[in-house]
Amino acid sequence: MFNKVLCAIVIVASCLFSSGCSKKDEIGGKNETDKAEKFVIQNAGSDTMVNLAQGWAEEYATVEPNVSIEVSGGGSGTGIAALISNTVDIANCSRQITPEEGERAKQNTGEAPKEFIVGHDALAVYVHKDNPLDEISIDQLANIYGEGGNLTKWSQLGIENSKCVNDEIIRVSRQSNSGTFFYFREAILGRHRDYKLGSRDLHGSKDVVGLIAHTPCAIGYSGMGYATVEVKMLKIAKNIGDTAYAPTVQGVMDGVYPITRPLYMYSLGTPEPQEQSFLDWIFSPAGQAIVEKTGYVPVGQQ
Amino acid sequence: MKTIANVFHQLERWLEPVIEGIIRLCGISAIIFVFGIFFFVFREGMGFFFGGLDIVEFLTSPDWYPTSLNNKRYGVLALIAGTFSVTALAMVIAVPFGLGAAIFVSEFCGPKLKETLKIVIELLAAIPSVVWGFIGLTVMNALIIELFTVPIGLTMLNGGIILALMSVPIIVSIGEDALKAVPDSYREAAEALGATRWQVIYRVLLPTAKNGLLAAVLLGVGRAVGETMAVLMTTGHAVKIPTSPFDSVRTLTATIAAELGEAAVGSDHYRVLFIIGVLLFSITFIVNFVTDLVIKGIREKA
Repeated sequence: MFNKVLCAIVIVASCLFSSGCSKKDEIGGKNETDKAEKFVIQNAGSDTMVNLAQGWAEEYATVEPNVSIEVSGGGSGTGIAALISNTVDIANCSRQITPEEGERAKQNTGEAPKEFIVGHDALAVYVHKDNPLDEISIDQLANIYGEGGNLTKWSQLGIENSKCVNDEIIRVSRQSNSGTFFYFREAILGRHRDYKLGSRDLHGSKDVVGLIAHTPCAIGYSGMGYATVEVKMLKIAKNIGDTAYAPTVQGVMDGVYPITRPLYMYSLGTPEPQEQSFLDWIFSPAGQAIVEKTGYVPVGQQ
Repeated sequence: MKTIANVFHQLERWLEPVIEGIIRLCGISAIIFVFGIFFFVFREGMGFFFGGLDIVEFLTSPDWYPTSLNNKRYGVLALIAGTFSVTALAMVIAVPFGLGAAIFVSEFCGPKLKETLKIVIELLAAIPSVVWGFIGLTVMNALIIELFTVPIGLTMLNGGIILALMSVPIIVSIGEDALKAVPDSYREAAEALGATRWQVIYRVLLPTAKNGLLAAVLLGVGRAVGETMAVLMTTGHAVKIPTSPFDSVRTLTATIAAELGEAAVGSDHYRVLFIIGVLLFSITFIVNFVTDLVIKGIREKA
């Protein structure tokens, strides 16, 4: 009986083993062909650039069907953090990488991040479409957003915002890992001043515009690509009394619109050939056309 | 044959202590996990807790500036106030509704309605918190603006209502269990003495089921304190000590959720978020401890 049992065990085991092996071969083979067909580029970071990156990914899929680009957002800080931990191939960033971050990436992965400026963005200041305000100066924005600033009522700006129930300026801002948060602080308040506490800190460029669309008292900032018909973009002047300019492609290209910034992409060390050809394509007229189509300003024209 | 039997016998003698050990491990795993989590969270925050953090300022200052360029301040008073105010408001709404529903389900309604109600209430508990957050962000926001003519609906009130809706199912199901555990002979005795239904509930059932009902409420509190996603989306996420239910607030949990992803590992900001974790842990520990004391006190009195 013992022998019989042993025999059965051996037979069953060998069956399992052989079938397991052949199955594995099949899967392995399939995987390999898949790999040969598709090269995946992981792309993550700036929320501001998500629409743009997705536009590129979709268009590039028709140009180069063998390369698939997986785009995710989360904020510039999140993208850089992923680059440092080597979990993305290309990080999108709406601010420049800090020296410490670059150093940490080098320590962690052995390769320094390589920078590409892929476009320009004008940060627009948005208000509700029924707000009678048309233009604002950098000083006024600093007094609204900055610590110690004393602009808290719409009437202080010399307008009557009749749809706003208690005349209070509701500040809409961003969460603190957002490149937009950092850039707007630097552009409006400089390097030595902080935001006033008590702003509504939202988690995405789109959310800011969405909230302002439903809130007549609100003011907020986001990339100019996020404009909708329900909100109004203010013209910005450097100082009170100066000419104010609207955030337009022309205004950015002429250098007159005061709140513009470059949009970056970072790879670790020299990009792989497939990544390099993707980046090359981004800088081609076809890639830059998408920059303009999604509401940003192409490079090489400024 | 004899040898096989022997082998099995031997095996059993070996196996028994092993299985006993595994069962024992399962029993004490809860303790291991609790201490393990506490140890891990504390270890991550320790470096800053003992080196550099002004603990008095941490607990008493409302200035939360973790990403300031030249004047970082880590004060969580506003966040503590946010957590407590939203939780308190949620309980003011949820406790009467939850206990009322528990009494109704357990004492008043017929078996068919009871089954339906229980299923629906359990369904309520199964709604993911991000969906609750979404309801708060879209439906409740508009509703609050409309009803109370306030400039913005992402407020403490919004968060409180959403949290109340989330903790009601817990309070109802545990409260109902507590009432069910009261022996029928109590009810019969009270009714035989000529007590009305209200008197039976108020004078007999509630005092008898006190412990269970208190546990139900405190589990509801625990749910409300620990909830993250829904409050992140509904409270407006503004660092501010609230003065009315129509102020936006930010909670401890939401701050961790919004900022941990971006804080550089090992930085002061990263460590202070873990210290907030320790703080949350301590709050829930105190709540549980007080509950235990209260329940024990009630028991001794009874």
